[in-house]
Amino acid sequence: MSDDELVIKARSLTKRFGDFTAVDSLDLSVQRSEVFGFLGPNGCGKSTTIRMLCGLLLPSAGEIEVLGYKIPQDAEALKRRIGYMTQKFSLYEDLSVIENLQFLAAVQGLGKAAARARIDELLQRYWLTDIHQQLAGTLSGGQRQRLALAGAVLHKPDLLLLDEPTSAVDPQSRREFWDSLFELADAGTTLLVSTHYMDEAERCMRLGFLDAGKLVATGSPTELMDNLPGQALILDCQQPRQVQASLRDCPGVLATAQIGKALRILIDSTDAQETVQQHLKQANISVQIQPTEANLEDVFVYVTHKPAGAAS
Amino acid sequence: MNLRRLGAIILKELRQLRRDRLTFVMIAGVPLLQLVLFGYAINMDVRGINAAVLDQANTVNSREIIAELGSSQVLDLQYHLSAPQEIDALLRQGKISAALVIPSDFEQRRQSTDRPALQLVVDGSDQSIQASTRQLAEFPLPGTTLRTSIEVVNFYNPEREAAINTVPGLLGVILTMTMVIFTAVALVREREHGNLELLIATPVSSWELTIGKVMPFIGIGLIQVSVILIVGKWLFAVPIRGSVTELYVASLLFIIASLGVGIFISTITSTQFQAMQMAFFSFLPQILLSGFMFPFAGMPKAAQWIAELMPLTHYLRLTRGIMLRAASFSDLWSELLILMVFCVVLLGSATARINKRLD
Repeated sequence: MSDDELVIKARSLTKRFGDFTAVDSLDLSVQRSEVFGFLGPNGCGKSTTIRMLCGLLLPSAGEIEVLGYKIPQDAEALKRRIGYMTQKFSLYEDLSVIENLQFLAAVQGLGKAAARARIDELLQRYWLTDIHQQLAGTLSGGQRQRLALAGAVLHKPDLLLLDEPTSAVDPQSRREFWDSLFELADAGTTLLVSTHYMDEAERCMRLGFLDAGKLVATGSPTELMDNLPGQALILDCQQPRQVQASLRDCPGVLATAQIGKALRILIDSTDAQETVQQHLKQANISVQIQPTEANLEDVFVYVTHKPAGAAS
Repeated sequence: MNLRRLGAIILKELRQLRRDRLTFVMIAGVPLLQLVLFGYAINMDVRGINAAVLDQANTVNSREIIAELGSSQVLDLQYHLSAPQEIDALLRQGKISAALVIPSDFEQRRQSTDRPALQLVVDGSDQSIQASTRQLAEFPLPGTTLRTSIEVVNFYNPEREAAINTVPGLLGVILTMTMVIFTAVALVREREHGNLELLIATPVSSWELTIGKVMPFIGIGLIQVSVILIVGKWLFAVPIRGSVTELYVASLLFIIASLGVGIFISTITSTQFQAMQMAFFSFLPQILLSGFMFPFAGMPKAAQWIAELMPLTHYLRLTRGIMLRAASFSDLWSELLILMVFCVVLLGSATARINKRLD
């Protein structure tokens, strides 16, 4: 990939709050028109990273270049060209849908006529026309997200940063919301989306896994799943809970999760399958073990797994 | 400064204000309520002051004066004393607030012009009593044409200078309270609701934010001034002896200064509750030290210096001067200048504190 095509370039980006390091020497590059997914558990530094990329937080160390602007020096110039959707609904609840959009259009510097045309267009595209007089505070979760998205793209930004945009939205609305995001990507907008939903992560073109402030893996969803050194296994057994308890101290087992009547486990290498069989035999538990395709959740568990004792 | 952006912020504030019924009611209701409440409560025409009389002359004339003053209802002559020392004791104990002394050479004094014939000893710690006894000093003595026949002696605070003029003072107090409170929460509320994070991610500038937030309240403040002046005239016959335009110009500056205080509070607090507390901390000393509650001249030097650092002190001098003494800006230019400095410094430092970052 050529360097000119990079919309976001961050090098050894670090943010400390007192003694706490929220983001730790993070290197990140996002290409033009890419839908880049930012994954990680709560408190891993996703929001902090996004805020630094918008110029809202000052990095403690490291370099950022977004759309060719050096941050934090050129943060004000950058703000004209990015759209930012906050994790919490941040439009005015005591203003109506159209009043919110009118306000944002003026703040973004759109002329009156241009604003009117653009707002009409967005109201239609995001199915807000019928409720344009309604106060934002009375909207449903899905409606709010569509309004927030409309507000974030009013000025046709080149880069859209979305911080867990679908955390308060039902599955149907989430699907529609993602359709809208792809529509934007098709039109040339670059998107950086943070999420902790695996189904959403699978839709991204590229993913970055963040754990305790560190970027622990990047790649496309298939790349990440193919390169997973561990192996996912399905254990068919009578009492999954008992098996789960037994495997808690078995070496090589990274994670276990009950799925229906079966147990899905992740082991750190294919060799560990032998260990698991031995371990269960000793515990007098009979199971049927079948290897299975790794999914993104397995990747997530694998890359964020901290061996006992090595946890810092 | 982008005018369209500024206009959008002002329009947004007005729309939000219109939907916030309680605030809307407060904007109109608070000044009226305070004016009526304080206007009547802080009443200088006191009647029935507990008083004693010491008649050392005991002549026909002296007894006539005592009877007349007693029937004026201003003084309630409860004690008839025989020794001057008793006055001291009764005043100190708070049993009386005033004592009428008729000296033994009363008949000679009545004839001469150089010394007042009567003395009224007054509890100087209570200003409302001072004010009403001052009227008594104009009381014509029967049988004489002398103008100052009663000498008023203020105990405890002999050099009282500040006259309490409730409504001109109330103008400042009401504006301080409403203006500071409304803007103190302005930015904090946006921060608490998460709106600020969105706003600072846009090209909006700190000055556009400050001025956009302040402008609607300048209008509201001027409306409040008008309401207070009209109702003050109607209910309490408060005059405006000086120029109405100058009064409005002074009010405008004071409103901006108070809004500056509010916005500044908004930038240093992180919750609406903190902002409200801080607002109270800001106007309580102003009300107490500005000369509204207690005479400025009676305060210790240190308190006077602190009071000079408060916008209300200067505005009070302007309103009292313009409304009651028919003073003009040429008399009070220094007060006006100080208010201007307050506006620039307060708004400037508040704007400088509006950080377009979250840390």
